[in-house]
Amino acid sequence: MKLSLGPIQYYWPRERVMEFYAAVEQWPVDIVYLGETVCSKRRELRAADWLEVADRLAAAGKTVVMSTLALMEAESERLALERLVQNGRFMIEANDATSLGLSQGKPFVAGPNINTYNPGTLRELRDIGAVRWVMPVELSRHILEGMHKARPDGLETEVLVFGRLPLAFSARCFTARARNLPKDSCELACLDYPAGLPLATQDGSGFLTINGIQLQSADPNNLIGVMPELRAMGIDVVRVSPEPEGTEAVARAFRGCIDGSLTPRQALDAMKPLFPRFCDGYWEGDAGMNWRESVSA
Amino acid sequence: MNPDRMELVCPAGGFPALRAAVDNGADAVYLSLRGETNARNFPGLNFDRKALQKGIAYARGKGVKVYMALNTYPQPDIWAAATQAVDVAAEEGVNAVILADMGLLRYAADTHQDLTLHLSVQGSATTADALNFYHERYGVVRAVLPRVLSMSQVSQVIERAKLDIEVFGFGSLCVMVEGRCMLSSYATGDSPNTKGACSPAHAVRWIETGRGREARLNGVLIDTFKPGESAGYPVICKGRYQVGNCDDTIYAIEEPTSLSTLDILSDLLKIGVKAIKLEGRQRSPAYVGQATRVMRQALDACHANPDAYTPRPEWASQLAGMSEGRTQTLGALHRAWQ
Repeated sequence: MKLSLGPIQYYWPRERVMEFYAAVEQWPVDIVYLGETVCSKRRELRAADWLEVADRLAAAGKTVVMSTLALMEAESERLALERLVQNGRFMIEANDATSLGLSQGKPFVAGPNINTYNPGTLRELRDIGAVRWVMPVELSRHILEGMHKARPDGLETEVLVFGRLPLAFSARCFTARARNLPKDSCELACLDYPAGLPLATQDGSGFLTINGIQLQSADPNNLIGVMPELRAMGIDVVRVSPEPEGTEAVARAFRGCIDGSLTPRQALDAMKPLFPRFCDGYWEGDAGMNWRESVSA
Repeated sequence: MNPDRMELVCPAGGFPALRAAVDNGADAVYLSLRGETNARNFPGLNFDRKALQKGIAYARGKGVKVYMALNTYPQPDIWAAATQAVDVAAEEGVNAVILADMGLLRYAADTHQDLTLHLSVQGSATTADALNFYHERYGVVRAVLPRVLSMSQVSQVIERAKLDIEVFGFGSLCVMVEGRCMLSSYATGDSPNTKGACSPAHAVRWIETGRGREARLNGVLIDTFKPGESAGYPVICKGRYQVGNCDDTIYAIEEPTSLSTLDILSDLLKIGVKAIKLEGRQRSPAYVGQATRVMRQALDACHANPDAYTPRPEWASQLAGMSEGRTQTLGALHRAWQ
């Protein structure tokens, strides 16, 4: 079982991104997904910068995959995508049907924002060229198990085991809206919220996280408790999604579980001081926001 | 289809609504079989096979087309029901099936080569390349665009797309890119993709409190309505919340409002939109009849003389009266909304 690091979902200053990935070179992760997946206005790093980061991580022994935008709207985004697909060095994680179409015939990863809900779709993806699929976050253990068993040859399965869940994307920017700014002159407000902007219900309960045009869960999804089960299923890759703080500890906790140096309970206890709460409801087929802290023996 | 006309595609949650749509000027109706294979899987809604046959006969008799929406993403436990629904659509001779799932598109394309395929809005294709992917791979001939593009972006898509484009013309407004919104399952376990339901009725609770009437979705407080305030059905994207450290309660995502393209029908015609869809398979026959009648009149006026098209005040007021929160928006079509 391999450990991957998902793309940074937030908008961080260039320096912070560079420092983050310089540190990642030393982390016990096998695969690193890079690039902007949420908003094309986030240009602290240009395409050439991302490829430079990719080269450095590759030199440090990581397998690098370049992730694409989940919501494509403008012609300029398509042109950037075409260049990315043709980079010639790194595989693509396709996150919408535009990138699926452009990736046809090349090996690629079908990302979590591709709707993969049945083995028929797995066969389609493999036929197009996919070598790995990432489970949509709302699917349950029961569906995952069936689909993983039914997957075609040559298609690996990856599961998001830690991180705020990407739940929805819109044409509207909710960060700009919260600041009373139009999207076209958003002043890059997302830079002010390195972990997104919390959205709470009127009774003060944390509910969602606003991240530009994306809405995420309030709390990180955490499947550390079922790592033995994921391994028993034969899941090929588990993914940790970056947060501004604590991501290295999280990656090391999952690595410890994979290596057998930590029990799920020990790994969970190591993460608990870093985050107020987690969620894991989708795993049991329940509301995704629930947290039952199921830890297999 | 006449290139200078846009087809009016109307919702039919049951036979009475189908009849209302047909009688009031629909060019086509869209409907679904009962169950989790469609994105409006609500109790008491949709067609069994007998009702489908009756509906098709009625529509055909008046020269109206019938499309069947099969637009969830069937998980393995309902895969057989989904493919059977495609088979039923083909056997009953519907004019097209409206699909979203790639596995189901493959099944339909391979099994029923004469069946016309449309890509549902739930297919979440927002660019010409994405649409052409579905056209080239599965033979899809029409797609419904997600409500995320501005007018100029819709126009650019149409210029390069190799299939016909249908857009939503009136009704409830999805704020998120359709087909990839999991807000409902995050709060309740059921989503449009998995169960054909957004904000399912079984999860909704209305609670009277000292602060007002609370609308909760599986316990999550979506909004609190003061006495006399009109209370909309609690969907997550139309709730009032607190954002960041601000104590104010705001519509952080979107206000209760409806999409209406009444004012821009001639612009949609000029950029090459081929069909206008009315949202609302969950709506009453009276609503469907009225919305269809107004849009029929508006489209006829628009087709007769696009350059001189101006919506009549009574059309606007009738549609406004049927809108959520009695307000309307162009949504993402109007760049400033974004």
